[in-house]
Amino acid sequence: MFAQIRPAIVLTLILTVVTGLLYPLAITGLGQTLFAAQANSSQVKRGDVVVGSSLIGQNFTKDIYFWPRPSATSPDAYNAGSSSGSNLGPTSQVLVDRVKASVDALKAGGAAGPVPADAVTTSASGLDPDISPDYAKLQIDRVAKARALPADAISALVTANTRHPVLGIFGEAGVNVLALNMALDDLKK
Amino acid sequence: MTLVGWLQISLTLLAVLLAVKPLGLYMNRVFAGERTFLSPVFRPVEWAFYKAAGIDEKREQNWLGYTFGVLLFSVAGFVSLYAVLRFQAVLPLNPQGFPAVAPDLAFNTAVSFVTNTNWQSYGGETTMSHFSQMAGLTVHNFLSGATGIAIAVALSRAFVRSHMTTLGNFWVDMTRATLYVLLPLAVIVALVFVAMGMPQTLDASVTATTLEGVKQVISTGPVASQEAIKQLGTNGGGFFNVNAAHPFENPNAFSNYLGVFAMLVVSSAMVYTFGQMTGNRRQGWALLSAMGILLIIGIGAVYWAETSGNPILTHLGIDPIQGNMEGKEIRFGQSGSALYTAVTTGLSNGGVNTMHASLTPLGGLVPMFLIQLGEVLPGGVGSGLYGMVVFAILAVFVAGLMVGRTPELLGKKIESREMKYAMLAVLVLPLAILGFSALAAILPVGLAGLLNKGPHGLSEILYAYSSAAGNNGSAFAGLTANSPWYNTTLGIAMLLGRFAYIVPVLAIAGSLVAKQKVPASSGTFPTDTPLFVGLLVGIIIILGGLQYFPALALGPIVEHFLMLAGQTF
Repeated sequence: MFAQIRPAIVLTLILTVVTGLLYPLAITGLGQTLFAAQANSSQVKRGDVVVGSSLIGQNFTKDIYFWPRPSATSPDAYNAGSSSGSNLGPTSQVLVDRVKASVDALKAGGAAGPVPADAVTTSASGLDPDISPDYAKLQIDRVAKARALPADAISALVTANTRHPVLGIFGEAGVNVLALNMALDDLKK
Repeated sequence: MTLVGWLQISLTLLAVLLAVKPLGLYMNRVFAGERTFLSPVFRPVEWAFYKAAGIDEKREQNWLGYTFGVLLFSVAGFVSLYAVLRFQAVLPLNPQGFPAVAPDLAFNTAVSFVTNTNWQSYGGETTMSHFSQMAGLTVHNFLSGATGIAIAVALSRAFVRSHMTTLGNFWVDMTRATLYVLLPLAVIVALVFVAMGMPQTLDASVTATTLEGVKQVISTGPVASQEAIKQLGTNGGGFFNVNAAHPFENPNAFSNYLGVFAMLVVSSAMVYTFGQMTGNRRQGWALLSAMGILLIIGIGAVYWAETSGNPILTHLGIDPIQGNMEGKEIRFGQSGSALYTAVTTGLSNGGVNTMHASLTPLGGLVPMFLIQLGEVLPGGVGSGLYGMVVFAILAVFVAGLMVGRTPELLGKKIESREMKYAMLAVLVLPLAILGFSALAAILPVGLAGLLNKGPHGLSEILYAYSSAAGNNGSAFAGLTANSPWYNTTLGIAMLLGRFAYIVPVLAIAGSLVAKQKVPASSGTFPTDTPLFVGLLVGIIIILGGLQYFPALALGPIVEHFLMLAGQTF
């Protein structure tokens, strides 16, 4: 048994260097060289200003923008420094109260008919960059009114920014909220 | 459920199936010590390692020596990881200036990663420095996986050899599993992950000014390198608090498929390697079929439950077409979420792309039940195979009782000694899961951590101990587990689930390797037929079902009926 103490210690140290330093640093070097944009967190810039990451949702509250899904991160929604879901179970009264408040707010804002589920539920990460095409459509009239633009123009923009499954199979339909809102701002100019 | 959803699930599983044979054959060559296409690169490296560590690679160990190797290596890993976490504040690559990890959390985390559980009582981006993530957690993602593979290889050798005492050399098997299997796969998968959008940088964060003019600090880091081995080594310990639900840990549907593929591929190929090593490939396929059948049922059950949605929310005026979207991401949809959820728990992965706590009652029952079945679908790298062999031993024993013959598996007689060890291994899980859950459910320190009330609270506790003892690592994360009570008891459950299982398994190997391999006769119950697959599936379900049904009835099952009745807590 004592004869095995040396291999235990030496291999732990050597393999720590190989798998814990050489491996991640090699991937960092290769990743930074081959896929620099992705390796540096898919930053989105407007001019020289970083306005976000194309993968990470951000909060929008103004009527002139499309809103993202509710977020459970704390202390603020879409805190990209501390990801979190709500972790509320299906029979939680807290969940029911929260969803009811969201549904009521949407109805008060003029939404007719059943509300898309993603509009009133928090995502797993609290940082979901996407909304469903249905939730985007629900917001077209509000955004059009706030921007004093024809609804058709906004609708066309939503269609252009809707991501469809590849070959009709792989992936889910969705709308990247940041990309859509940037396109909206560009429309105005 | 949609046809397109099932198509995505089927094609991902099909890709795994296609990779099983080539990878299985390759691993067979690696562990037989034969030359492979990577030998020119790794052979000199390997040789230098043995020289430095004073290992004679030709010298094999008996089961006790092998077991001591596993245990000592785990102790060394625990100590080094604990030290990295406790000294985090003074170690390099700590751009956020995180303080040392608290003692109970460092204990829990070190145990968690060394036992291949990767339960996380902490949020990665708010607790761990880059050094801790890389030289601490990533390392043990490799080594705990390689240890599991080595044990499975040793057990496989016991079925090949007759009248011997040795099972191989643990240090050699573990080093080869790391260098020849996990490392090359991790390099490929990590680079593809970066191409798909995962960050790989030594920066800590990106500061953005949002379109509405608010400052948004986005945590980032060397994510892809950890994510790759997290999947391949069936570890599941993620970089971020929400694991693979975080857009940086799982940027799109394709990274989700690749993640599931990477989780499944080594474990599944190990089963093929087992068939190849023991000279009975049909046996490998038979075990794989049993795993596949149960796994597909599990995926289907989650998919069905989640697309059925939550009637309480539907009554509030929600369109039910999307199903239950609380705790899910748009880009994976219901099929990608269900696939990941069932696979991560059928395996011993424990990463999540969906918040399991927010699944519907039956949708949440499935991952919990798959863990309780012993994570053999196809289980953790190595651990899934040796878990399945234990079940196969139980199955041939039951079959032997029915026909009145001495049970045999692959030409080895299964006698009372093997049965005792197998039962010992199988009984550890329910003892740790149900025992600790019962304590936590009555003690104020246990109840203090609950987020949800009613039966969902019991599910949180039951899930936590199932996940810890099963070395899974996923959670009903409503539970605030970062308390001395949970950190300590979950740590103990993880240790029991890993080592109180490994030791009997290696004892079985030690017992079998000494036996004569007898040729199959007309009285042998064949173990590579559909009949045996059916029996094996039955044994797994009955064993799991009988042990855990009462507890599950009080948690998710009663919650399901309360949800249908509109009851909330």
